[in-house]
Amino acid sequence: MFTPSFWRMKRFADSVPEILRLQQELNRLFSTAGQSTTTDYPAINIWEKDGVALIRAELPGIDPENIDISVTDNTVTISGTKKAQDLKEGENYLRQERIPGGFQRSIQMPFRVDAKGVEAKYEKGVLNVSLPRAQEDLPKKIKINA
Amino acid sequence: MSEKDLQKTENTAAAERIRNVKTFIPRVDIYETKEAIFLIADMPGVDEKTVDIELEKNILTITGRVEDGIGKDYSLIFSEYEVGDYERSFTLSDEIDRDKINATVKQGVLRLELPKAEKVKPKKIAIKAA
Repeated sequence: MFTPSFWRMKRFADSVPEILRLQQELNRLFSTAGQSTTTDYPAINIWEKDGVALIRAELPGIDPENIDISVTDNTVTISGTKKAQDLKEGENYLRQERIPGGFQRSIQMPFRVDAKGVEAKYEKGVLNVSLPRAQEDLPKKIKINA
Repeated sequence: MSEKDLQKTENTAAAERIRNVKTFIPRVDIYETKEAIFLIADMPGVDEKTVDIELEKNILTITGRVEDGIGKDYSLIFSEYEVGDYERSFTLSDEIDRDKINATVKQGVLRLELPKAEKVKPKKIAIKAA
């Protein structure tokens, strides 16, 4: 028989992060919000902390000089080229799964970006772009006069 | 580029990690020169400290451990890809000189040089005048 016990409760508590993650995955599956998420390259993750958004994208093996980031109002565009290997004569591919070529992706943020405060960092093949919200776009507190 | 080519592929055959993370198959290019076979693997998020290359008998296994590196106070608001470890194995033939395998990691890309053994390198045979 099913008897709720403390032990069971604990087990349930352990699975909470997993359930939350499942919920996130499902939300992601059903609410792509007009974006075609699967064909856009690079895939991005967006994190948020204190009103600053952090876009992360996996771009292995691309020189930071070959990555362009531009910001206009609330749209961030990441573009670049992934160079192909230069094979000399007599050298041939046995297997080619990494795709060379150009890419471009625009991301529309739900706020205006402070273009001057944008910082980008590229390390270990992962691009990090932090986007602070423009000062004039921040919510204003309105004082009520007595 | 098809959809499948752009997404990370989960490595379902890999032994499960003790840490609760997914394992992905790194995408690789393999090309051959006269002296060596080069293997290039895209493993974003790894560096020389977190990548492991193991050669047991003739199975070459490359693994990479990836830490998310994101602070606790960040919250994920939009997600298209997952972060996880990498693992992939290849069977090597005898033509590789096992002692001279050389590996470098740069910008999240692992580059393995697998030199061919002396005996299988193409030799030019000089023809003597009779």
